[in-house]
Amino acid sequence: MKFDIPATQNPIDRQSIVGQPRDRVDGPLKVTGGARYAYEQHDVVPNQAYGYVLGATIAKGRIASMDLKAARASAGVLAVVTAKEAGKLGKGKRNTAKLLGGPEIAHYHQAVALVVAETFEQARAAASLIRVEYAQTKGAFDLEAAKGRAIKPTGEDSSPADTQVGDFAGAFATAPVALDQTYTTPDHSHAMMEPPATLAAWDGDKLTLWTSNQMIDWGVGDLAQTLRIPKANIRLVSPFIGGGFGGKLFLRADAVLAGLGARAAKRPVKIALQRPLMFNNTTHRPATIQRIRIGADRDGRITAIGHESWSGDLPDGGPELAVQQTRLLYAGANRMTAMRLAVLDLPEGNAMRAPGEAPGLMALEIAMDEMAEKLGMDPIAFRALNDTQVDPEKPKRPFSMRRLNECFKIGAERFGWDRRLARPGQSRDGRWLVGIGVAAAFRNNLVMKSAARVRLDAHGTVTVETDMTDIGTGSYTIIAQTAAEMLGVGLDKVVVRLGDSRFPVSAGSGGQWGANSSTAGVYAACVKLRETVAQKLGINSAEAVFANGEVRAGNRSMPLASAAESGPVVGEDTIEYGDLDETHQQSTFGAHFVEVGVDVATAETRIRRMLAVCSAGRILNPKTARSQVIGAMTMGVGAALMEELAVDTRRGFFVNHDLAGYEVPVHADIPHQEVIFLEETDPMSSPMKAKGVGELGICGVGAAVANAIYNATGVRVRNYPITLDKLLEHMPSA
Amino acid sequence: MRAFTYERASSPAAAATAAARNPEAKFIAGGTNLLDLMKLEIETPTHLVDVNGLKLDTIEATPDGGLRIGALVRNTALAADESVRRDYGVLSRALLAGASGQLRNRATTAGNLLQRTRCPYFYDTAQPCNKRQPGSGCSALGGFSRQLGVIGVSDACIATHPSDMAVAMRALDAMVETVKADASTRTIPIAELHRSPGSTPHLETTLAPGELITAVTLPKPIGGTQIYRKVRDRASYAFALVSVAAIVQRDGSGRISLGGIAPKPWRVEAAERELPRGAKAAAAAMLDGARPTPENAFKLPLVERTLGAVLSEARA
Repeated sequence: MKFDIPATQNPIDRQSIVGQPRDRVDGPLKVTGGARYAYEQHDVVPNQAYGYVLGATIAKGRIASMDLKAARASAGVLAVVTAKEAGKLGKGKRNTAKLLGGPEIAHYHQAVALVVAETFEQARAAASLIRVEYAQTKGAFDLEAAKGRAIKPTGEDSSPADTQVGDFAGAFATAPVALDQTYTTPDHSHAMMEPPATLAAWDGDKLTLWTSNQMIDWGVGDLAQTLRIPKANIRLVSPFIGGGFGGKLFLRADAVLAGLGARAAKRPVKIALQRPLMFNNTTHRPATIQRIRIGADRDGRITAIGHESWSGDLPDGGPELAVQQTRLLYAGANRMTAMRLAVLDLPEGNAMRAPGEAPGLMALEIAMDEMAEKLGMDPIAFRALNDTQVDPEKPKRPFSMRRLNECFKIGAERFGWDRRLARPGQSRDGRWLVGIGVAAAFRNNLVMKSAARVRLDAHGTVTVETDMTDIGTGSYTIIAQTAAEMLGVGLDKVVVRLGDSRFPVSAGSGGQWGANSSTAGVYAACVKLRETVAQKLGINSAEAVFANGEVRAGNRSMPLASAAESGPVVGEDTIEYGDLDETHQQSTFGAHFVEVGVDVATAETRIRRMLAVCSAGRILNPKTARSQVIGAMTMGVGAALMEELAVDTRRGFFVNHDLAGYEVPVHADIPHQEVIFLEETDPMSSPMKAKGVGELGICGVGAAVANAIYNATGVRVRNYPITLDKLLEHMPSA
Repeated sequence: MRAFTYERASSPAAAATAAARNPEAKFIAGGTNLLDLMKLEIETPTHLVDVNGLKLDTIEATPDGGLRIGALVRNTALAADESVRRDYGVLSRALLAGASGQLRNRATTAGNLLQRTRCPYFYDTAQPCNKRQPGSGCSALGGFSRQLGVIGVSDACIATHPSDMAVAMRALDAMVETVKADASTRTIPIAELHRSPGSTPHLETTLAPGELITAVTLPKPIGGTQIYRKVRDRASYAFALVSVAAIVQRDGSGRISLGGIAPKPWRVEAAERELPRGAKAAAAAMLDGARPTPENAFKLPLVERTLGAVLSEARA
């Protein structure tokens, strides 16, 4: 199905099941242990052996020598795999560094060996017996120091690196009110609960991997390229994923090494990447240095807006797209954005929840707060005045839908924004300095081709198959809701099977495109199935109404199942997109409100209340969508207050490489969270008229927290995370 | 993890004898710290002496009106004990500020005293660390040191002792009872249990080889307002940046012990004379001789401010 004109009325608009707050269909499996994650696939193949990964202990250089003798002789060891043993390997299109290092070492904890043994403990014990001598070379590990050497990135993903409209320099220089500030965000780790994990089994030259991967087809392609075998010989199965946040978008070492280990040991091999390796072995969100300049008239109208961002990555890597939102979020005739990329020999940077916007808004939305204060304006009024209904770089291109101002308005009423004292440091509750802050949420809506197959059997059961993944988001549920709505059956009649490369290729889970695109693919397949059903039943498909397990046309009514009496009926199709996302800018919007308390003595910040108001098209399931948004808000609090991969700039690695050192919020950090979704449908996005919320929820949270801290204390911190040591010396005496 | 042999001790003295026999032996009780360290090969004992079966898990009154806490009393049980809550509130509060419910259910009194530092370089066996590998150097000096010690540290090591419980016990003048391999017993004031790192940061306590902690005793209650204030980056499940255990009497006198800043619970009795003059004077006296890194220098004003808040709370 080609989606190239705006959606009109369709069966989804009934919203009898879609749009309803249904429980997760996979909930019972999750809470009873019935959901099998990669490392728990104990019964899919017999004779499973265990792998343990050895990471490099230098940041850059070469392996001078490696002594595997003791490891090989160790009890229970079946195989030891290194780059030497593995022979010639390719590299996945989406990988920057090799997943099995040696002799060159590209980053700390890059895998250099895999030990396979009868038990996990034996593999671990043997791995510690491997002696590696390294020849270290000098690397660059400090973004601030490397900034001067940063270049304009040329990769496809960062195109364009620069944008310019009007005369930014001239307008900024003459603006009566101007702000020029620099903000920094640190490296972040996805730190998901389930580490990258894979069970691999060979059958002749065919390889099956039970793994944890957000993007099945990317994984198959990159693994085929890495192992230099045909894509058709690889099957990836990833039915349940214990968190990914972008850390599992790509093929990682667990999958490659499990494949190589299983080949070497001639046995199925499973690997869960050890927790202490997760922070340096996998990808991370790169640190940024961001300079923002805003010029405005005295009445608050922006006349010049400029955003530059510097980030680093390994050679041939890409930049963090932190200026992305500034191209679209606010009006202003004179504009510039620029991204610069420095070579750093730290582990590989890549996408993490809302890449670009998440760190970009952490800076931009503090800058907007600062600018509002300079203008003596309310921060919401300042943003509203500079709203734009068109792409400000290409004014002929309207937004498909943009209700940012309504998000602010509704949120302000609900949150009690009018009780905010504009002068900071004025509100006190016992030992707490209390402040409230706001920020815009913005994340683009990407549309991705997505296929599905839907089968109706004689019992009236509808089975949906697509390689879409559920990373905890609720994909199983919204896909079941889509099929149920389209075919007029209850959720109990729908079976959803996901995450298997044998199924039609879907959009996968990333960039908050998964919900809209994958359900649109299921919609397309259901349209096909409806046509076939109508044909079988001898009725005109245009007239057919699918409801209550029946198909009605005129005054005729037949059980849906009767169409499958002589055998299952199958509909398979792909949603493909035309140029609606070119002619119209599709984005999601929101407003985050945060109230913090800052301890007047210790400067510890604790969140007191949070509210997100989101405008994101049709909300397919308000319950799972809310869950996405509050999870993202929590992650935003982490970025605001505590998350930071500490770089040892001498030795070139992230030092705090476990969950004791890399702190993320715990329950005690998160108070009541409220989420409001604006009622809307966006006919430009897909037949589902939906967009994504999983990333929108994190976008802007960090700045809302920062602005609330400023409101509470009068201390403006521009370097995240806002830990107490950055506030302390500026705090009033207790 | 290296292979090790294992035995269950039949009595405290037998445990001490077994551990003294093998210089690479370790006692194991709750295992909440040791097992993790063994998995990472930071600790590589060749023999484990399991003391869990020894009947050292009771809390009883002492003849002089104090409390005797068995070495194997779990942190959860100790925090919830009625007499601890009534008479030694600072101890109960400190315990509940530490770790998680699950860990406290398992962790023991003696194990808590003997837990090892959380310095991230200590935890990465590829990095030099004088505590883990004597003579290899200290990576934290000049490295990531935000969490680490500001006082009582040395050129060889700036690690902190991570316990909350021990900080409260230090303020309570706890005594540590032990048994040695020769079955002799002794009592060590908690102030003398932990050593300063000097040039030998791998030697952390004054216990002799094989010497087993059997109990911790608390002197009779001294009343006062008892506060434990733990300052940290997140609201729970984080080690202290700074913590203050305070016992403040109505006349303004009191005892203060600090956590998160030193290789041992940090108490300077002489400095407590300054308490009536306020937090600034007392903190200055307690932190005399501090040598922070640029990354953790904030702990000095943080101590003063936290102490100030605690003293205000005590007076309220």
